[in-house]
Amino acid sequence: MDKALFESLLRWGDSPLVLSQQLAAWCGHGPALEEDLALTNVALDLLGQARLWLTLAGEVEGAGRDEDRLAYLRDAPQFRNVLLVERPNGHYGDTIARQFLFDAWHYFLLERLAGSADPRVAAIAAKSLKEAAYHVRRSSDMLIRLGDGTAHSHALMQASLEALWPYTGELFVDDEVDRELDARGVGCRPESLREPWLAHVRAVCAQATLALPDEQAAFRPAHRGGRQGRHTERLGYLLAEMQHLQRAYPGASW
Amino acid sequence: MSSNEWPLWEVFIRSQHGLAHKHVGSLHAPDAEMAINHARDVYTRRNEGLSIWVVRAADIVASSPADKDALFEPANSKVYRHPTFFPMPDAVKHM
Repeated sequence: MDKALFESLLRWGDSPLVLSQQLAAWCGHGPALEEDLALTNVALDLLGQARLWLTLAGEVEGAGRDEDRLAYLRDAPQFRNVLLVERPNGHYGDTIARQFLFDAWHYFLLERLAGSADPRVAAIAAKSLKEAAYHVRRSSDMLIRLGDGTAHSHALMQASLEALWPYTGELFVDDEVDRELDARGVGCRPESLREPWLAHVRAVCAQATLALPDEQAAFRPAHRGGRQGRHTERLGYLLAEMQHLQRAYPGASW
Repeated sequence: MSSNEWPLWEVFIRSQHGLAHKHVGSLHAPDAEMAINHARDVYTRRNEGLSIWVVRAADIVASSPADKDALFEPANSKVYRHPTFFPMPDAVKHM
């Protein structure tokens, strides 16, 4: 089995999967019908992308696990999502700030993967990139509106941004798996995404009149490990809800 | 809340094969840009469109239902305005 590719496919698939599950919790609770639908559209996009990545992961692993078994029958330590997507939904501003930070990173990641030497990886990334382009446009627009809105919304957005900021460093830390796939031209080094990401985040925050938190505050070791399977406590609760049906009724399908 | 509510926008979508934009519904949004985004999210989820127009509902000037008779009744008795009295050559299809 191609271990590095399998690991990376889980990383690329698990973050959208967990974030999709989080966003789905807003269904029926959005601040306006239009926002509710928009957010659940994003959740569905991310679920579709996760499905493609995990299907391929199952094929690469060659152990007979399909995307459903990977999504619904792994425990938290086997998940490879970044910690950022485990942060709670909070209020709508928290969700938008998390989405903004994630979407910008996700867009640049998919853009790089669309040029992968592995045609299967390139195809999934190219398909997902079109959706991510809309996601980043939407969450950037919302961040600007809430940041540069009323004094109250500005204060809330600034606080959201600062609370989430420590979890952004992890998005840009390379490890052995990343370096191997980068050398093979299949994946990319997360570190290489930091510059375009920061440029976008800086520009949008400036427009939103939000102060960018200290860059170094994003790189404390305590706030990373998701991509290696070390998660925050919240992931367990998230998975308990997400996996309940499949665990209670094994093999249940539509 | 009512005074803070987002204004209403009417949404028009041009479909894949359609020539003209067609009214599909309405939504609330604080401004034009967000109205377009919302229209995309609410009304094009099933691959319905290639182009979106939004217009503030308040900017639409409508005829009054009370004027119905004066505006439309006179056309009722003028069947000759319909081009159904011209024999069409068989060779002409799809008219």
